[in-house]
Order: sequence, then C-alpha cells, then structure tokens
Amino acid sequence: MKLLGIVGSLRAGSYNAQLMTAAAGTLPAGVELGVYDGLRAIPPFDEQRDATSAPPAAEAFKRAIAEAEGILFATPEYNGSIPGQLKNALDWASVPFEHNVLRNKPAAVLGTSTGMFGAVWAQADLRKVLGLIGARVLDRDTPVPLAEMSFASGALDSELLEAVTATVIDLVAMVNERARALTA
Amino acid sequence: MSLTEQSVPTGTWQLDPVHSKAAFAVRHSGIATFRGHFNDVSAELADGTLTGAVDVASVEVPIAQLRGHLLAPDFFDVEQHPQITFSASDIALDTQRTSSSGTGGERATVRGELTLRGVTKPLEATGTIAGPATYLDGNERIAIALETVVNRHDFGVSWNAPLPSGGNALGDDVTITVDLELVRPASDTA
Repeated sequence: MKLLGIVGSLRAGSYNAQLMTAAAGTLPAGVELGVYDGLRAIPPFDEQRDATSAPPAAEAFKRAIAEAEGILFATPEYNGSIPGQLKNALDWASVPFEHNVLRNKPAAVLGTSTGMFGAVWAQADLRKVLGLIGARVLDRDTPVPLAEMSFASGALDSELLEAVTATVIDLVAMVNERARALTA
Repeated sequence: MSLTEQSVPTGTWQLDPVHSKAAFAVRHSGIATFRGHFNDVSAELADGTLTGAVDVASVEVPIAQLRGHLLAPDFFDVEQHPQITFSASDIALDTQRTSSSGTGGERATVRGELTLRGVTKPLEATGTIAGPATYLDGNERIAIALETVVNRHDFGVSWNAPLPSGGNALGDDVTITVDLELVRPASDTA
C-alpha cells in the first residue's frame, strides 16, 4: 500500500515534518509513506487555469495524490487555521471538482503546534476542506501539543505516539475497506 | 381493474421515467427549504409490490460544487453506494377517503424498506394512487404519489455546519417525495 504524506509547513525542520517522520515509523508491514516535498513550488490557484492548463508544480501535486491510495496530513496552525500554502495546493487538487484526485481518497489528519492544543482548529478546518473536496476523511483529530517539548528528545512520548499510530492504522484500514468495497 | 374497486392494481406496471420524479427537501439555514431531485429513477409495481431505485449520480442541484459534495462521502457516498432503493409489499388503500388534491385517486399508505448509503430501515410513506387512465398511446397508466420524512442521521448522512446565529446549516429531517407514472403494457392485461 502506498500512502502520501503532506506536511503543511514549509519551514526547514518543522515540527510537523518531525510528526510526519514519527508517523512514518508506525507504518504496518507492506505500507509505504512517501512525503511530498513540492508544496513551496505551487503557484497561487487561478480558477481559470484549471484542469486543462494547471502549472507543472500543481500537476505534480495532483499526480502524487492520484498515485497514492491514502493521504496523511500533518498541519501546523497559522492564525487559527491551515497554512495558506496547504490550502492553495488543495484548491489546485480540487479541480476539476466532480472528478478531482482527492474524491473518495481516504485521508487522515495529524497536527502539532507549540501551544497547548496541537493545531486542533487547523485540523478541523483541514478535515472540513477535504470533506468538501470529496475525500473520505477520518473523523478525528490527532493533536500533538507543546511541539517544542514533545519533540525535544527526538521522539514522541508513548501516549502521543500511540495516538499517532492509531490514526495511521485507521487510515490504512480505510484504504483497505475502500479497496474491498470497490472489488466486491 | 380500476381503483374505484378500491384495491391495489394487479399485474405489472412499469415506470414512465419522463413523467416521474424522486425528490428531497431539507431545512436549510434554519429558515428555508432546499430541494433537489434525482434524474434517473426506476420503479415497478408488480403483483402488489412496489420497488424503486434512484441512481445517486443523477442527483440534480443548481451548482456543480454542491452536486460534487452531495456525491462525496460527506453525503451520499456514490462510490460505495451508487443507488438508493425502496421496496414495499404492504400497500393499503384508505377506502373511506379519496384524495383532496383534485387529481383524484385513493389515499394510500405504503410500508416497506428504504436502503440509503448501505443502511436499510423500515419506512412508511403516504400519498395517493390514481387511475388507471388510458394515455395517448392507448396504454393504461396509474399514478403513485408518495411522501415520507426520514432522519438523515439514521442513514449515516450527518454532515452539517454550525450557523453564526446558532443551530446548523442543514436540518435533520429530510422529506422524500416520489411522483410516479406507471404504465401497463398492452400485452399485460391481467
């Protein structure tokens, strides 16, 4: 099984990139996670340049989603919501709307922030956006609060790692369930 | 057979899809009613059993974005549940009253099962059964008009959004209406 990891932060060494790395360490056997690293290159969404003329960076993003069986997000929270660059990329991925690459795609959301709440607003917004686009979204946030402290030792404590693992396992189960439903 | 004889029409009656419709209505923004319908409807009344289905992909609403959202896992989840189906063998006519709608027919209560998003629940719908009438093509047809209300959460259709003024964007109860014209082929004169 092939999963795609998308990190909402562009910052080098971001806590959410570390969270994605932690998630990659929890994968069951037979599951691969490739992390998308081209978010910075995607230009602003222009509705007139949709499916027929999307810029190469946006096309690459859409292709990476299309080739994955499930998507795992790790998002920071900027001003109470998801980063503009992540939303921008998702807007590109959402067209053509009725047949976009995220439609029916299993997706799950993680998030970490330096505050007490672990980017829960951003995660809720991201799940809302993904649902509107048509993804099959795991109905749960996975907040990792106090990022500076949580990642200080280079590894999450067992309780947080357990929550991340549960989300990864549930995402894998959603992918398997979808595959079974489509072949039934 | 005529409904003046106060019984459910026998034989096999097949849908005229051009003159039939399956629609839904739900409270929107707490104060209004939003309506949509399905273009691809199939139905049959055969030996007293009414069956019907709609293709979820044929849902019709004003804009593509909303249509896409309705087809998504947030709502009907067309990928995994491409049809909504209904089946009822318990069709009771109220022989004491005729319809007050002006279109004639007997008031009817139909009890069966609705399957939506993979969930099957018992359902009771009320309305009218009218006819037969002979149409321009010489074939007989009947009209069945039914309405029922379901709680969409019972079928796992639970998307919502909170309103700034309180409450939610969508109501829980959904009114489902079907207006069916069913034709008996000339060869089926049972």
